Amino acid sequence: MAAEKVILAGFGGQGVMSMGQLLTYAGMIENKNVSWLPSYGPEMRGGTANCAVIVSDTPVGSPIITNDATAAIVMNLPSLVKFEGNLINGGNLLINSSLITQKAEREDVKTYYIPANEIAGEIGNSRVANIVMLGAYLELTKVVTVDSVIEALKKVFGPDKQHLVPLNKEALERGAAAVK
Amino acid sequence: MAEIFNKTEGLTDKQFHYCPGCTHGIIHRLVGEVLVELGVLGKTVGVAPVGCSVLAYDYFNCDMHEAAHGRAPAVATGIKRILPENVVFTYQGDGDLASIGTAEIIHAAHRGEKFTTIFVNNAIYGMTGGQMAPTTLIGQKATTAPYGRQQATAGMPLRMSEMLATIDGAVFVERVSVHNVAAIRKAKKAIKKAFEVQIEGKGFGIVEVLSTCPTNWGISPVDSLKWLEENMIPYYPLGNFRTPEEGK
Amino acid sequence: MAKVLMKGNEAIGAAAIKAGCKYFFGYPITPQNELPEFMSRELPKIGGAFVQAESEVAAINMIYGGAGTGARVMTSSSSPGIALKQEGISYIAGAELPCVIVNISRGGPGLGGIQPSQADYFMSTRGGGNGDYRHLCYAPATLQEAVDLTIEAFDVADQYRTPVIVIGDGMIGQMMEPVEFNEPTKRNLPEKTWATTGTEGKRKPNIINSLALDPAELEKHNIKLDNKYKEIEANETRYEMYKTEDAEIVFVAYGTTSRIVKNTIEALRAEGIKAGLIRPITLWPFPNKAFTEIPAAKALLTVEMSMGQMIDDVKIANEGRLPIHFYGRSGGMIPSPEEIGNKAKEVLGGVK
Repeated sequence: MAAEKVILAGFGGQGVMSMGQLLTYAGMIENKNVSWLPSYGPEMRGGTANCAVIVSDTPVGSPIITNDATAAIVMNLPSLVKFEGNLINGGNLLINSSLITQKAEREDVKTYYIPANEIAGEIGNSRVANIVMLGAYLELTKVVTVDSVIEALKKVFGPDKQHLVPLNKEALERGAAAVK
Repeated sequence: MAEIFNKTEGLTDKQFHYCPGCTHGIIHRLVGEVLVELGVLGKTVGVAPVGCSVLAYDYFNCDMHEAAHGRAPAVATGIKRILPENVVFTYQGDGDLASIGTAEIIHAAHRGEKFTTIFVNNAIYGMTGGQMAPTTLIGQKATTAPYGRQQATAGMPLRMSEMLATIDGAVFVERVSVHNVAAIRKAKKAIKKAFEVQIEGKGFGIVEVLSTCPTNWGISPVDSLKWLEENMIPYYPLGNFRTPEEGK
Repeated sequence: MAKVLMKGNEAIGAAAIKAGCKYFFGYPITPQNELPEFMSRELPKIGGAFVQAESEVAAINMIYGGAGTGARVMTSSSSPGIALKQEGISYIAGAELPCVIVNISRGGPGLGGIQPSQADYFMSTRGGGNGDYRHLCYAPATLQEAVDLTIEAFDVADQYRTPVIVIGDGMIGQMMEPVEFNEPTKRNLPEKTWATTGTEGKRKPNIINSLALDPAELEKHNIKLDNKYKEIEANETRYEMYKTEDAEIVFVAYGTTSRIVKNTIEALRAEGIKAGLIRPITLWPFPNKAFTEIPAAKALLTVEMSMGQMIDDVKIANEGRLPIHFYGRSGGMIPSPEEIGNKAKEVLGGVK
């Protein structure tokens, strides 16, 4: 595997940062080289939020993703507009079609429209829309296994929130199914 | 032969550099005596300021730490938080405490830091040569107030004890003077109490000591004592502003 | 020990605790807030103390007092806050006390911005405070290195009785990478007989002081400090040579910028251009020696997230041997590998 460089973006509260951390954590569990770089500052307070995750077999050089993103997961329209241009030719563009009605402009990337909020709503909790997107992304790229993400989830949640693991597992599966 | 008077063990043998008639020497002695009487000299760490008493580290017979101008309360905070069983004090003048170090003294009091501050107020900058202090009286001449302090341009003299007494963490606040024997006795009592409050872990304590500066006031040592009594005490009334309730 | 995924600011805090630091004095400022937050959560659990000071000035003076007791103490801030701390740093250097100061830096001057920047090079290496003094300055490029250097910084500070700066740009503070906490190489550390902990009536008072009114005495002190700094230069200078053996274009970059440059080097080498990197790990002492170890170099290209500060040291180290070029972005703008690569090609075009 060459370096997988993913931009995850949305508005504050959509769980974009934690989605990125889960992926990073799972990469670490698989002994891969990983980095997670967030945007920070006032824009975090209710504005757009994004993070850059690199999962690689070799040591991570720059933790920044500029125009070499292998994938972008965008949860809202401003994120699509902002990051579509950062993808390499043939990169994966995952669009949360529940909130983004606009289509991607680029034709040289592989675009997937995933109604993440609807899917999350169907399984009982709209807050796992981010996990649905992550499930779709994992299905497409196999960067890390779903099992590693589940293991990471268990650690991130801590003992008090283990009951949330099945819901998240279902979200991952439904996301995967959406792009199969 | 009965011993009537001797040097306190609380001070070193180093000769003071203070000007003739300056009351810093008396105040040093009171602090030294109190540390000895309380039996805490060996576990005391003092913090010296910038100003006339900058060399206080040479005079107190305990571990000493020389601070930057106004920062003694921050330095003392660092020491006391790490050595809570030790006794820590700062010795600061009015330029140090009431001007450049107001933030540090107010917030140390505000946090209820368990150390003791001896605040020597002589209404002038001594070390630098007689410039106006926040505590300089209205009409009092200073090298940077050659026409006497004017309220319109320099404000009214700052009453630090009154200000600090409004802060919950400052559990002991008293203003004393050293212009005569009776006043010196009272001053020693207050200093002792302030250290006791620290040792009992009750909070921050400060004793403001009205002091003279014959050199920069431009009057004789004896007249300085009189000037202090007639001019400073009316504006800076002596007395206790805060003391912990007994049994608490 | 197993690797853990941590944010840079927290990893540095955890490293300090691993090094035996139980006391932290600080003040909030972006982008280093997770560090004092971490310490405020963790230190009470180990019987230590966290104090949120009223200002950076107060915080560094608490460090000054705390270091005087002989305990391991740390403060952290970001650029404008570090500027405020310079008074205390000068006193700490003068009084010869050990402590560790972390600067998760941001753009300036003035309030500047909060995005990653390397514009504090001068302040970190030239002494932001008054007087004849130096302090060691570590510039980690990865979180693992930030952890290792923070742990070592406490030993180095104790060994030489000197403040040590650990500087990272905002990215180092904010990003997450896996880290592990390893024991540093054992050093022989002197006993802290100078500490102000109370005489117990058993010894003469210890005095911590930076005042010397007698010029002859102060000069003697300055010479003593200078000898110490020479010893640090001889023993503690650190740098990484990356693909420099055959490199015709040698980059000079530190911190996260060096990681971006490494991406550039891969890309250039894929195109057949022999590129390498000198990465100073200590900004002071600066690795002058590295510049004598680049046999194939035709030109140096300094890359910084500033308008050019480290380049002054590169010029000193180069001693006029090679042409020196500069590429920098500032204000929180981060250079891309492509921009840097283009500059390198431009430079090589001029050389050939």
